[in-house]
Amino acid sequence: MHHYLDFEKPISDLEGKIHELKKIASEDESIDTSEEVERLEARAREAMAEIYAKLTPWQKTQVARHPQRPHFVDYASRLFSEWTPLAGDRKFAEDAAIQAGLARFNGQPVALIGQEKGNDTKSRIQHNFGSARPEGYRKAIRVMEMAERFGLPIVTLIDTAGAYPGIGAEERGQAEAIARSTEMCLNVTVPIVSVIIGEGGSGGAIAIATGDRVYMLQHSIYSVISPEGAASILWRDSARAKEAATTMKITAEDLKGFGIVDGIIEEPVGGAHRDHEAVINRTGETIAAALADLLPVERATLRKNRREKYLAIGRSL
Amino acid sequence: MNWITNYVRPKINSMLGRREVPENLWIKCPETGEMVFHRDLEENKWVIPASGYHMKMPAKARLRDLFDGGLYESLPQPKVAQDPLRFRDSKKYSDRLKDGRTKTELEDTIVAGLGTVKGVKLVAVVHEFNFMAGSLGIAAGEAIIKAFERAIAEKCPLVMFPASGGARMQEGILSLMQLPRTTVAVEMLKEAGLPYIVVLTNPTTGGVTASYAMLGDVHLAEPGAQIGFAGQRVIEQTIREKLPEGFQTSEYLYEHGMVDMVVKRHEIAETLARLLKILMKTPAVSETEQALELHEDLSAAAE
Repeated sequence: MHHYLDFEKPISDLEGKIHELKKIASEDESIDTSEEVERLEARAREAMAEIYAKLTPWQKTQVARHPQRPHFVDYASRLFSEWTPLAGDRKFAEDAAIQAGLARFNGQPVALIGQEKGNDTKSRIQHNFGSARPEGYRKAIRVMEMAERFGLPIVTLIDTAGAYPGIGAEERGQAEAIARSTEMCLNVTVPIVSVIIGEGGSGGAIAIATGDRVYMLQHSIYSVISPEGAASILWRDSARAKEAATTMKITAEDLKGFGIVDGIIEEPVGGAHRDHEAVINRTGETIAAALADLLPVERATLRKNRREKYLAIGRSL
Repeated sequence: MNWITNYVRPKINSMLGRREVPENLWIKCPETGEMVFHRDLEENKWVIPASGYHMKMPAKARLRDLFDGGLYESLPQPKVAQDPLRFRDSKKYSDRLKDGRTKTELEDTIVAGLGTVKGVKLVAVVHEFNFMAGSLGIAAGEAIIKAFERAIAEKCPLVMFPASGGARMQEGILSLMQLPRTTVAVEMLKEAGLPYIVVLTNPTTGGVTASYAMLGDVHLAEPGAQIGFAGQRVIEQTIREKLPEGFQTSEYLYEHGMVDMVVKRHEIAETLARLLKILMKTPAVSETEQALELHEDLSAAAE
C-alpha cells in the first residue's frame, strides 16, 4: 500500500483510477483499458512533477518524514558492503536509535554512523523513532574515536526529529553527550562526510552532522527545532507548525543559501520514497566525490579546515 | 497622553541615561515570599539574605562583582548580521532586538571582560538573561568566539557564566550552527593548554548546555539553578508523567555526575581563583607571601 500525503490527492486519485482500470482489464480480457491507462499515467506523472516542483516547506517536512522514505538501514545495505554495526557505549547501554559501526564504501574501509527511525511499529519502538538517548551519542563518540585511531573516514547519515527528551536521558547527561559528540566531530583528523537524509532535528542532529562536507537530500529538512516545537514556543500553538516551517527556513535550498550545506542531492520526482534505488545511488555518488576530495588532504590540515569552515558560517551574511 | 508624550518620552529617558531607582524597590523572594529592599539585595550579590535564594544577577553587575576592585576591560561585541531570516512570529525579531537593547543597554546577550580575580588574570563571559532569555544566536556565538580568542592571546583561562533558554529560535538554523562554532573556540583554548571553567547559573538549558556549557574542565553550579537539555514541558508531554521534585537542578546534576560542585555565589570568586591557580601552576598563596617576605628581608639586608 502506498502512503499518500494530503497534498498528493490529485496523484492518489489518478493512481486509484489507473489501478481500477488495470484490474478491470485483468478480469475481463475483452476490455482494453491500455490507452486510457496510458493517458492517466501521463497525467499522474504531470501532476506529480507539478506538485513536487513547488513543495512548500511544510510539504517538504511531510516528505522528509514519509514512512516509506529510505532510512539509514536502506543506505547501509545498498551503499556499503560488510556493514557491521557495533553496539553499546561501554558505560551504560546500547541505543539502537543511533547505528554506528564499520563497513566498506566502494571497497574503502569506513566508519558509518547515523540515526535509524524504524519502518514498522516493532522496529520504530526498537529504534525509539530515531530519537537517541545519551548512550547513542556516546556510542557514536566511541566509533569516531576508533575511526580516528585507525584512520578510517567517517560517513554520517542524519535522520532524527531530535534527541530524546526523557527523565533518564537528562539524568545521564543528554546535553553533555551531544556536546562531546560535536566536539569529537571537530577533533578527529579523518574526513567526515554528512548527509541529511530525512530530518535534521536540532542538537540531536548536529552532534553527528559536524562534517567536512554536509549535504542535504532535496526534500530533507534541517532546523534548530521542529516546526511543531517552534510553533508551540513562538505562538504557544503547535497547530501553527505549517507557518513555522516556512518562517524557520529549514529547506535544503535555504541552507544552501546560508552556506551551511555544501550541496543538495536531487530526489526523484515524487520524492525519495518513490524510488529508493535512484536516490541512494545519487547519495553514493555524492559521498564518493566528497571522499575523493578529502582523502588526499593531510590529516591536520583537514581538521584545521573543518574548524575554519564552521567559524566562517554566518560571517558573510 | 498624546502623540508627543508617546514619542518624546523614551528619547528623554535615554538622554538622562539609566534611571537610578529601579522600578521594583522591593523584591520578593520566589521561595519564601519575603520582601527585600533592592539595595540590600544588590549588596548581597542578588542573594536573598534570609533564605539564601540566588536571584538572577545582571551580567554587568556579575563582572563588576567578580573582578578585583570591580575593574575590568570590557570586550567589544563584534558586528554580525542582524535578523538574517527576516523573522517574525507574533512580533518582528528586529523589534525584539530593539526591545532587548532598550531594556538592557546591551547589543546582545553576551557581556565579556578581561581582568583579575583574586590576582588571577582571566576572561569572564556572562549571559545577560534579560536580553531575549540569554538566547544563543550569531551575535552571542561571535562574542563568545572572540572572548576565547582573547583569552588565548592573553594566555589566560576563560570562565563562562551561562544563563540561557537555549538557541535563539528567531535565527533558525544559524543559531544551531553556534553549537559547533563555539565548540571550536573551546577546543582552541584547551589546545593552548589553558583552563576553561563553567559556572552554571539559573537557568541554563537547550543548545547552550549541548555545547560550551557542558565542555568545561571544571563545572561549578550556583545553588538551585535549573540546568538541562530538554524543556520540562516537552519532557512531560513526551513521557506523560509528572517530573520528580528537584529535577534538572544544580543539586540533581551534582548527584548525577554532571557538575563538580554546587557553590554559593559568595564563594565563587575564591573557588575559581583556587582552582585556576592550581591548573595554571601558580605558586600557592602562602608560598608567594613567603617569597615576598623573603624578598623584602633580602632588600632590607642589602641596604
